[in-house]
Amino acid sequence: MGYVAIADRDHEIEHHDPQTFITKYVWSQDHKVIAIQYAGTAIFVGVIALILSAMMRLQLGFPDQFSFINPENYYQFITMHGMIMVIYLLTALFLGGFGNYLIPLMCGSRDMVFPYMNMLSYWVYLLSVIILLISFFVPGGSTGAGWTLYPPQAIMPGTPGVDWGIILMLASLAVFIVAFTMGGLNYVTTVLQARCRGMTLMRMPLSVWGIFMATILGLLAFPALLVSAIMMLLDKTIMTSFFMPAISSMGVDSGHTGGSPILFQHLFWFFGHPEVYIVALPAFGIVSDLLSTHARKNIFGYRMMVWALIAIGGLSFIVWAHHMYVSGMNPYFGFFFATTTLIIAVPTAIKVYNWVLTLWEGNIHLRVPMLFAIAFIFTFIHGGLTGLFLGNVTIDLPLSDTYFVVAHFHMVMGVSPILVVFGAIYHWWPKITGKMYNETLGKWHFWMTFLGTYSIYLPMHYLGFAGVPRRYFAMGNTEFMPESAQDLNAWITMSALFVAATQVLFFINVIWSLTRGPKADPNPWDATTLEWQTPDTPPKHGNWGHDLPECHRWAYDYSVPGYEDDFIPQNVAADVAPAGRDHGGAH
Amino acid sequence: MEIGLIVLAIMLATLLGWLLRQSFNAQPWIAEPVEESASQAPFNARPKLVALTAFLAVATSFFALILSAYSLRMELGDWIPLTEPQLLWFNTAVLVLASVAFQWTRNVAVSGRASQIKPGLLLTGVLTSAFLVGQLIAWQQLNASGQYITSNPSNAFFFLLTGVHGLHILGGMYVWARATVRAFGGRDAAAVSHSVELCTIYWHFLLLVWLIIFGLILST
Repeated sequence: MGYVAIADRDHEIEHHDPQTFITKYVWSQDHKVIAIQYAGTAIFVGVIALILSAMMRLQLGFPDQFSFINPENYYQFITMHGMIMVIYLLTALFLGGFGNYLIPLMCGSRDMVFPYMNMLSYWVYLLSVIILLISFFVPGGSTGAGWTLYPPQAIMPGTPGVDWGIILMLASLAVFIVAFTMGGLNYVTTVLQARCRGMTLMRMPLSVWGIFMATILGLLAFPALLVSAIMMLLDKTIMTSFFMPAISSMGVDSGHTGGSPILFQHLFWFFGHPEVYIVALPAFGIVSDLLSTHARKNIFGYRMMVWALIAIGGLSFIVWAHHMYVSGMNPYFGFFFATTTLIIAVPTAIKVYNWVLTLWEGNIHLRVPMLFAIAFIFTFIHGGLTGLFLGNVTIDLPLSDTYFVVAHFHMVMGVSPILVVFGAIYHWWPKITGKMYNETLGKWHFWMTFLGTYSIYLPMHYLGFAGVPRRYFAMGNTEFMPESAQDLNAWITMSALFVAATQVLFFINVIWSLTRGPKADPNPWDATTLEWQTPDTPPKHGNWGHDLPECHRWAYDYSVPGYEDDFIPQNVAADVAPAGRDHGGAH
Repeated sequence: MEIGLIVLAIMLATLLGWLLRQSFNAQPWIAEPVEESASQAPFNARPKLVALTAFLAVATSFFALILSAYSLRMELGDWIPLTEPQLLWFNTAVLVLASVAFQWTRNVAVSGRASQIKPGLLLTGVLTSAFLVGQLIAWQQLNASGQYITSNPSNAFFFLLTGVHGLHILGGMYVWARATVRAFGGRDAAAVSHSVELCTIYWHFLLLVWLIIFGLILST
């Protein structure tokens, strides 16, 4: 059978234009609408998680000043903050939001391959979010087991939310995984099967590569979370003993026998570590495109960037036990996992060098998306370097339960991806809405967020070295800590409240842009990728009008010598414009 | 975790090897006319087959991880091997027959003998339902002999594994039901044929999973 891209076989993919308001904006099967639904829901729960973190910081910075925060609440805030941020915000936003929006547009197809399943994916995701939010209001409140939900304490009396909160949490996770699987199968199949003519794998923009690899990781890793959620649900509801050892609490026998809490940790982190890269790989990809576009230079080492993504994806499955050093393990295992953990720094470092080299002698435009992208390099290097500390068993043991770890994972997995999220939103905003945002407001938002987050997390490293333990509601009489630690905590809290408050600027900008923003140029950044070449802005249903685009070149033909413009879109034919080294020569 | 790790390593190695082969000699910075690069395109467009393959990878990961947990949990002191109901042998035979019947239906569908698809689909449905009923009876036999899900971790794993395996079969039955309704409606012969092809792969996969589960339960 010859090559017939699905995208070419128009008659087989139905895309009747939706007629009513309901089919157009609510039960929509259009990937762009679904992307916005995903992103809107994710940002909504993200704001809730942000408020929860502000509440935690209030207690830590000014202990016992606020009567509405007691230890039970505090642990519920921690748990829900972590779970929402990692899964319901970042995973959903990067894959459900950006994945949905960018994959069909960047690959030059009309929609996802299975639009109905795509719609279902969003509504099931929404259901998981609703189940999660209900858990705030059930008797006993949401679970306070920590976002890792370690048994036995997660389902033992004394932990907040042990009656209903934990059950709803596990159920919500299971539902989320179903939603993700439906979406993920769509993303993978669309990338593999629905690219337009000429869009070979190695011509795909790195954003698509990052999202593609992250989806594969998610499809293979989320089953581990599903397995552990099902088993823990059974342990909790019908008293099996997968994870629960024989244990008695306050003199009452729990009725379990001989289960293994360590088994849960293995399963959880078998999911949990790839999850880090499920969030990081799309960020890597998107940041590569942002840097290249706004520096007017081809990405340095495109093939290396792709292979680094693949290598990181593969390696991420054999490092999980570095989250379990303090649980105790055979020293040889510790050695093995420390080694693999440090090896993963190699492809990651390649990516960082390539980003910096892309900037080298580039024609850098410091627009808002570019500022966020460059800031990402800073925060990511910072968080990555502390990861090298913590990857070693001997250094991890004393630091593991301190604020050093909190600082590390927030820099690498909190601040860095969120900076990319903002950069990506500002970058694609003109295409998504057809309106420009306010540049000045965007820059204020950037600088306050960037400097503010440093002001939060940099001091936390020192607190960690000083031995300040994490997870504690209040420090009590811990004499080894200097009194100044409390002053630093107060400072961190003020910074955190400041950063949280400045996010209002983003929402003001959104509203300003939607109501009175100037009409956006179809390709305001002079970008090469296909989504900027659509006939309409924002793209209409079916994306490409009558004719599908054809791809003639890679996504990084910026500043090609001998060509008038400093960019050549991917759909410009090869004989119209010379490209790359074969013609242009002097790079 | 060795089982899960090995299975995942094999799947990832396959995928990564394929990706590397796609990308190794590529020189993406060179612009080429469409026809030339299109002829190097890696795929024939069969999206449902690709999606099914991806889903089988997800299900493989899922079952492999439960089996990993099984092998880890087994090493702890309180494990008492399960006394398997003899009915499981019968169920296994029925599931093998269901797989054979689906393969036959598929061959019929592919060779275009449309009239024989309907009895094939019905036979498959009966056999598969018989397997599910048989599994439920096996559950009841265990319960009747006092072997509840909470009695021992080996029981818990047996109920868990047979339960999730049965749910996967039920999911397949949904697609089977749609194909059957279509086949009897007499419309869309190509769609029915494609459904049957994909179902056959899925049935073989679930048979393989069951044989592994059954073998593991028998041997431990």
